[in-house]
Amino acid sequence: MNVLVCIKRVPATGGHIALTPDGQNIDTRYLGFTISPHEECAVEEAVRLIEKHGGSSTVLTLGPEVATEQLRDAMALGMDRAVLLETDGREWDPVATTDAIVAAIERDRAAGRDYDLLLFGNESADSAGYQVGVRVAAALDLPCVTGIKALEIREGKAAVRRQTESGWETSEVTVPAVLTVKEGINLPRYPSLPGRLKAKKKEIERSRPQWVDGGLEKVRLSLPVQAAHTVEMLGQNGDVGPQVVELFRRLRLL
Amino acid sequence: MSATPTQAKVVVIGAGIVGNSLAYHLARLGWKDIVLIDKGPLPNPGGSTGHASNFIFLTDHSKEMTLFTLDSVKQYQDLGVFTQSGGIEVARTQERVEELKRRMASSKSWGIDSELLTPAQVKELVPFINEEIILGGFSTPGIGTVDSLRGGTLMREKAQAMGALTVLPLTEVSGIEVDRGRVRAVRTSKGDIQADTVVISSGIWSPRIARMAGASIPLSPAVHQMISVGPVPLFADTVGEIKYPIIRDMDVNGYERQHGSDMEVGSYDHRPILWDPENIPSIEQAKLSPTELPFTKEDFDESLEHALELMPEILGNPKIGIRHAINGLLSLTPDGFPLLGETSEVRGLWSVTAIWIKEAPGIARAVAEWMTQGVSEIDASGSDIARFYDHQKTKAHIDARCAEGFNKTYGIVHPREQWASNRNVRLSPFYQREQELGAVFFETAGWERPNWYESNRTLLKEYGDRVMPRRYEWEARWWSPIINAEHLAMRDRVGMVDLSAFAVFDVTGPGALGYMQKMCVVQMNVPAGRVVYTSLLNPAGGIKADLTVMRLGEHHFRVVTGGMDGMRDKKWFTDHLPEDGSAQLSDLTSSWATLGVWGPRARDLVQSVTSADMSNAGFPFGTCRAIAIGPVRVIASRISYVGELGWEIYVPFEEGARVWDQLWDAGQRHGVAPVGIGVYATTGRLEKCYRAYGNELEQEFNLVECGLARPQVKKEDFVGKEAYLKQRAEPAAITLCTLTIDDNISKSGFKRYPQGREPIMTPNGRPLVDRHGRRSYITSAGSGPSVGKTILMSYLPPEHAKVGTKFCVEYFGEQYAATVAVVGPTPIFDPENTRVKS
Repeated sequence: MNVLVCIKRVPATGGHIALTPDGQNIDTRYLGFTISPHEECAVEEAVRLIEKHGGSSTVLTLGPEVATEQLRDAMALGMDRAVLLETDGREWDPVATTDAIVAAIERDRAAGRDYDLLLFGNESADSAGYQVGVRVAAALDLPCVTGIKALEIREGKAAVRRQTESGWETSEVTVPAVLTVKEGINLPRYPSLPGRLKAKKKEIERSRPQWVDGGLEKVRLSLPVQAAHTVEMLGQNGDVGPQVVELFRRLRLL
Repeated sequence: MSATPTQAKVVVIGAGIVGNSLAYHLARLGWKDIVLIDKGPLPNPGGSTGHASNFIFLTDHSKEMTLFTLDSVKQYQDLGVFTQSGGIEVARTQERVEELKRRMASSKSWGIDSELLTPAQVKELVPFINEEIILGGFSTPGIGTVDSLRGGTLMREKAQAMGALTVLPLTEVSGIEVDRGRVRAVRTSKGDIQADTVVISSGIWSPRIARMAGASIPLSPAVHQMISVGPVPLFADTVGEIKYPIIRDMDVNGYERQHGSDMEVGSYDHRPILWDPENIPSIEQAKLSPTELPFTKEDFDESLEHALELMPEILGNPKIGIRHAINGLLSLTPDGFPLLGETSEVRGLWSVTAIWIKEAPGIARAVAEWMTQGVSEIDASGSDIARFYDHQKTKAHIDARCAEGFNKTYGIVHPREQWASNRNVRLSPFYQREQELGAVFFETAGWERPNWYESNRTLLKEYGDRVMPRRYEWEARWWSPIINAEHLAMRDRVGMVDLSAFAVFDVTGPGALGYMQKMCVVQMNVPAGRVVYTSLLNPAGGIKADLTVMRLGEHHFRVVTGGMDGMRDKKWFTDHLPEDGSAQLSDLTSSWATLGVWGPRARDLVQSVTSADMSNAGFPFGTCRAIAIGPVRVIASRISYVGELGWEIYVPFEEGARVWDQLWDAGQRHGVAPVGIGVYATTGRLEKCYRAYGNELEQEFNLVECGLARPQVKKEDFVGKEAYLKQRAEPAAITLCTLTIDDNISKSGFKRYPQGREPIMTPNGRPLVDRHGRRSYITSAGSGPSVGKTILMSYLPPEHAKVGTKFCVEYFGEQYAATVAVVGPTPIFDPENTRVKS
């Protein structure tokens, strides 16, 4: 089977997020970049599917040249092929992003590569639009399940589960299908040394989609009011055991 | 949480391994009211200690650093935070195999148990190593790892238990108050603390904190990349954090160190990535900690490949992954040594920075002793922050040298190796002339000094094999036989030596004599026009400085000291100036250029350009006075560090070229040769058994031991006198001797020449140790072209310090027989000193 995973390069933030003075971006001077966590799980899921069922996996991103870092990260984890839809670094809105991805998928199809599964993250870690996966499904007229936390391929169909407030929702979709994945579906592996070195040498296929004016525009970012943290020292050394147990009880961890 | 005190005896800024160790040692030495602050939380405030790989290799070519490390290991062991694992440096190249033999020699010099291993022996200890790509290993069983956060915490708690320490985490320094050159208070986010002593132990933040006080701590934060790979199945049964020896893969600047179930792989191989101290993220801005920056993978890829080659069995396993990867920040300095001691700019403000985990507690002990008694057991002179000249504190210099030094972390660094970056900073007025003569310049404290002159190549024919040619590349590196030819030409005729790198200080004022008496061992109340060679002692009687003083007038002395030692000596002098202002010191280094004119024809030469009486009667040895050379008034000083008749000629800087030209032109008739520092600092002085500061002369030796004790002690008081009198009353524990090598020929048939710092042992290879535990090693080594021998100096225990006693020197794994030629200061060449006094 052929699996496509679409990922996005996002800042790897810590607990505290700082914005640039103009409010246009996250201040990334001291940050690294990563694959959005949901998408990292999608990559892991794709690698497992191919390990189990055979076939080929492709990772795709729309982003600037530096986003090749995330494509290689995905290949280090076992993805076979990478596609960069190269931009000049501006943020593309979900509609434009969808158009570019759909065009790429159609180019692949024309070249004889049909995807059985198109995996997305449920939402990106930075802009969190929740849109691209759904829009791609609509554009390609494919079935779509969002927010899945379990996936199994059975007799040419995808059995998926979503977690809801009250329990699990199970569905089955025919492939090809679009699935948007949520963190928790698996525990992504770490890259191995040979994986990392192999990924470094692999080709990345590139194309440059045309920027289209209009669409959703970012006005500015602002931070939500952050809850002030207080630290309470329970004590030091071994004599705080009972207090820790009491605290865990209070938090219903025990 | 403790309330912020408004007053303290000392404020220590930074609670990493250094600050914690220092607080403990100060408390141990009786300090009270110590306040330790850090802007981060405890026990890991987010500095370099928190992400260090925490392993300790023992052997360094530097004695000072090795002694600090050995003391640190002992302290870590006492705290119960040291795990011995052993460690092996492996060689992939033949050049490294040779280097490992040199490291073996350093282990023997400093008393460390090490051995050289074959690849198969390495494999026995490290079963997962690819022994096919290594040529051998240098193994030290005493190597291990340490829990530096725990160690620091324990030391902090000990100081607290003594009632001496208040700890203030989450307290940020916002300013340091300085009044008339003295530190007075530290301003913090929790209030101001008055203190007359403030210690900066803030690692990579130190330059920023020092700047608040107007002081300079010349270090640069730099990235060291490290990853953690696991879980390694082979490590599953490891109890504790480490079972297998730590590997340093020297030729590719990497290391592999087990840490529980993971293998940590670190590298000093990538491009130097320096970080501006003003641009370190705050705790809030950083994802992990301010010193753990995002990993830049592409910089590490080559190191990954190297690690994979060396340990394919473990690291090639696709099931184990890179679980953690950081660009860790650590401190680099322009010369690779730590920055210790009171800053030159602000009294009471101390730096204890640029320190690795491996040496931190040892350094902390030394600095605490230094702060308490003015002197430390382990001599920290090489790390003294006062060593820097102003130009060495600029960002341009710091960045250039730190970047250049980074990839030398595991490098094979030749003892004479020169820095390539930021050269041509300090140029003497003779520089142009020297360049025209093909000078090969070596750097001393920023000065470009000719080490030899290619124009003297013609002398090689004249002297043939007397130049003691070196056919083995290592010893011929950063060297030329021309040095020895210049030496012989000087001894035969006359040479001109550029000595402008000397540091020159004038001491003036009605209190000048009294002050100089207090500073110097030798009698300073001499007639004007006399030159005195003297030592300066520390309060414990260790040798603090070695220099000459000209008395130029009733209230006027001129101190001349080596360029390398200039700024340290200046601080020592300045610190002791009388409070009442009756003596002043001015630094005239940039005013006076110096030219040495020495050799049997030196008098003929100098006399030919001056009408002054240069005869032995008219200008005796050990005197100085102003003379005119053509239209230039110079000060001529009849002394010599090369054992020849002649003068040091001090000339106003801007008139230097004129004097050079006059002497050079007149010198043609006398066969003058330009002579480089290779002669002045090595061959000339070694034949005369003159001691050099930093080689033979250190704070850890005394005047009796080095043979510089004079028959009489002056009645006036001076720093270190009491200790000196005591030393004189006791038999010397060790005696400085001069030896010559009996036979230089190695097994390979090449003549080999030790370079200094090699171990000297009994003929059957046993180390020589004095009653204080000090080992014998070669303090200086070099050619003696006039005596046709390779000359070595070494301190020897008294029972071995006898003329004719045989020893062996270990050099690159082979032993060479050497014999004591002289005990004490008598020269090998011209022992009666007839030349200098002729």
